[in-house]
Amino acid sequence: MNINIQEIKDLSIGFKSQKGEQISILRNITTNIRKGETVGIVGESGSGKSTLALAMMGYIKHGLFTNGGECLFKSQDLLSLNNKELEDIRGRKIAMIPQNAGQALTPNLKIGYQIEEALRLHTDFSKVEREQKISELLNQVRLPSPKIMALRYPHELSGGQQQRVAVAMALAGNPELLLLDEPTTGLDVTTQAHVLELLKDIAKDTGTSMVYVSHDLGAIAQVCDRVIVMYAGEIVLEGPVRKILKEPIHPYTYGLLKSIPKLSLSGLPDSMPGSQPQPGNIGSGCSFYDRCNFSSDECKIKVPELEYLSEIDTSVRCFNHSELISKTSEQKITNELKKEITIDEILDLKDVSISYAKQGIIDQFLNKVTDTNPTVKDINININKGETIALVGESGSGKSTILKSIAGLLKTKDGYIKFDKEKLLSGDLKKRNSEDLRSIQLIFQNPDESLNPNHTVEQILSQPLKLYFGLTGSKLKSSIAELLEKVRLGAFYMSRYPRQLSGGEKQRIAVARAFAARPDIILCDEVTSALDVSVQAAVLDLLQKLKEELGTTYVFVSHDLAVVKAISDRVAVLYQGRLCEIGPSKDVYQFPSHPYTEVLIGAVLEPDPDIRPKLVAEDIVEEKPPEIGCSFQGRCPRIVGDKCRNETPPWQFGDNGNAIRCHIDIEELKIQQS
Amino acid sequence: MFFLIFKRFVLGLVTLFIVSLITFIGVEILPGDACTSYLEREAFGEALAACIKRLGLDVPAHERYISWAYNVIQGDFGYSLSGQMQINEVLGPRIKNSLVLASAAIIIGIPLALILGIITALWRDKMPDIIISTVAIFSMTIPEFISATLLILIVAIWLEWLPGIVIVPTDVTFFELLPNIILPVIAIAMIMTAHMARMVRSSVIQVMASDYIQMAILKGVPYWKMVFKHVLPNALLPAINVVALTIAWLLGGVVVTEVVFNYPGLGRLVIESISNRDLPVVQALGIILASIYVSINFIADLLTLMLNPRLKTLQTRK
Repeated sequence: MNINIQEIKDLSIGFKSQKGEQISILRNITTNIRKGETVGIVGESGSGKSTLALAMMGYIKHGLFTNGGECLFKSQDLLSLNNKELEDIRGRKIAMIPQNAGQALTPNLKIGYQIEEALRLHTDFSKVEREQKISELLNQVRLPSPKIMALRYPHELSGGQQQRVAVAMALAGNPELLLLDEPTTGLDVTTQAHVLELLKDIAKDTGTSMVYVSHDLGAIAQVCDRVIVMYAGEIVLEGPVRKILKEPIHPYTYGLLKSIPKLSLSGLPDSMPGSQPQPGNIGSGCSFYDRCNFSSDECKIKVPELEYLSEIDTSVRCFNHSELISKTSEQKITNELKKEITIDEILDLKDVSISYAKQGIIDQFLNKVTDTNPTVKDINININKGETIALVGESGSGKSTILKSIAGLLKTKDGYIKFDKEKLLSGDLKKRNSEDLRSIQLIFQNPDESLNPNHTVEQILSQPLKLYFGLTGSKLKSSIAELLEKVRLGAFYMSRYPRQLSGGEKQRIAVARAFAARPDIILCDEVTSALDVSVQAAVLDLLQKLKEELGTTYVFVSHDLAVVKAISDRVAVLYQGRLCEIGPSKDVYQFPSHPYTEVLIGAVLEPDPDIRPKLVAEDIVEEKPPEIGCSFQGRCPRIVGDKCRNETPPWQFGDNGNAIRCHIDIEELKIQQS
Repeated sequence: MFFLIFKRFVLGLVTLFIVSLITFIGVEILPGDACTSYLEREAFGEALAACIKRLGLDVPAHERYISWAYNVIQGDFGYSLSGQMQINEVLGPRIKNSLVLASAAIIIGIPLALILGIITALWRDKMPDIIISTVAIFSMTIPEFISATLLILIVAIWLEWLPGIVIVPTDVTFFELLPNIILPVIAIAMIMTAHMARMVRSSVIQVMASDYIQMAILKGVPYWKMVFKHVLPNALLPAINVVALTIAWLLGGVVVTEVVFNYPGLGRLVIESISNRDLPVVQALGIILASIYVSINFIADLLTLMLNPRLKTLQTRK
């Protein structure tokens, strides 16, 4: 088992800045991958983990160059090979499974062709054998009806299916080493759990070595034997998965693990201050010095070496790691949420349904209802002042759709949305008055897209202040400074452009912009999904503090159940645009719950190798909600028969305040789920 | 998919209808009418009345539009003023000449543009790209009346290889025309090729930077195979519409080049009929050029629909 399949020696990769300086993305990486093991490479965006994975295939991106070092695959330096020699290794000896299979499959070629291409290049099979092998591979990655699948184009498959095709393509050449670059990021939780399960089985069956690159410690915990933690282009910690995740002896890993929201804990996770330094901005000392709680004077001036501790088979780059060993055992979260919700309704969604289907001109004229099966249907939620209510569900669950219709960006088809008990909110944005618009603000998922790149922070923040309060001159300036203060950024940020800010800072500006209108309700659409974990914790913390200070109400949309549990007071679980369950968040996460909630909770990956996900339902993708019956009938593991298919399930109430929409008696559910 | 094609087709017809209305109204609201512009200083008294009667201008405008449109649909554009000829007879040879010029430019220009565009993209920032791109930028930015004049100066006057201007009757045979069109074709193809090559270049570069090309490389696909199978089909798809626009521009818009070379094509006819105030011809040209644009774009849409699997399935599914 201890034969190295790949050895990386003192590898540095960088680029030349416009001033001609050499800037390193990877610095002196030395590590190795053993035969048959799965190694995880963890790090936040910009840590260099993908660059390292690509270098393991001898691939250096356009504009980058190696700055010394070797990448030995079976004692052959990949970085010194020419393209012709590399073509023989890539796909045959080392194969890659990309992050976003939807974009990594060539759009004009059929699935079958793309797999066949790999077979033709890397095997000696005849045409007939290849055809057969394609079916076998598609079967192996558990895709239904391989023959039909092979004739499809990539865009005709769902995200999970595309990812499976990418796996099949990588397996075609029967490689000895598989590189996986964030292979499950961007998939729904249940799909992610299933794909990971598949990858684990493949590793077991074929004995292939795997390198699993991810920012998600939950996924790493499930599949890896050994973990490499990267920070700012360096390896800071390397060792067996259990040691790394349970007793992290590097301050960064320690902080990272604490900043992950977990289902088993309530309240907000601890956040790490600051953000990862940009390449080229790394000081003379330890790259983590600015954010470290355990630093000493030595750390400021000297870069710690990667030190191998043989007794725990772990390498660590820290002068003070011994101090951490004692600390790691205590893990408790102290930021318990303050829960003082008064029953004072601010938003009332009554029988809301929303349809994307456009009515034809003639149908509109005849006033005929064409869409009997709208995207979102029968939504009844009332939201109290000062409450954080979360809408959770997988993609296609209609959570963002509901958010948009509250914001007035989508018309409701039926039902109404009432604001502040008496004001009926018009579905038409143009018909809402300035006061209605001001009171409801929206924060988007991706600050890169929601902030105008040509506006300075000052311009961005002055828009709502001018629009709603008519502020000008020094008053406007001092208000902006105040807002920046509120989101923990200094007034000197005013003159900056979004591109000069880090991801977390950008999202803070987006938060500040929403608060500038002094709204009563803020709609948060996956606001932390595009952020790194350590930054996510800080943004969640900020949102919570602002809420406590200003009494704002949040409607929080997320696919991440752990984040939702950390921030919300109440949770509404949605499937295919229908409510499944609603209740206080502490109760929704306990049984009895709706079978769909159960499936979702079961698929959550905890950053702990000893907690395995429970896969209770298939990860089929349904294109449309069923016309009649329960919305979850297609995937429900506890389906009881025709009743579920033909009748809309009734609401049942648990002892602790959660309401479940299911045909199975709540007491019965309790027994089944315990 | 058929529905979509049908929709595009109807939309094209609507566009033509609107264009015909606009040209008709435009001609209508100009001060004076066909007769006053034609008769000029003699436009009074009996002569004017006779002319108005002859051209049927005494009938109300909407009736004239209807009868004009009715005739146009049947392929009859009426009479030109200056020549007293049937407009069809005036247009026929001009269209043929323009087609010859355009086809020659297309046959040379499009393959050349594709090849140059692909070369510059694949050797991005290296010598071939730098040289070709510099030349392309020059030929794009130098106005055609200058490049055309320079061509005449060098090839026709100094070297005396080819005729400098086209002095042939409008209705010459194809082979008589051939030596005359070489210089105009070069002048036009230079600009056209440069534009298209730049466009192909950026399209190929964009595709080369995509995830699926990185994936193809990591899958071990040999370079040229990757270029032909994975890169080009995806990169050239968006080029179809640009090519279509270029062709349309060639057929109607190369006014300057045609004038410099005295080439008897549609472009020069536009200038001539405007300066002669030959309003019926202007009207006819408006409709014809519009139909060329509409039909070529329609064909381009059809091609894109057929070649792009995404659009194809999207439509059949619905």
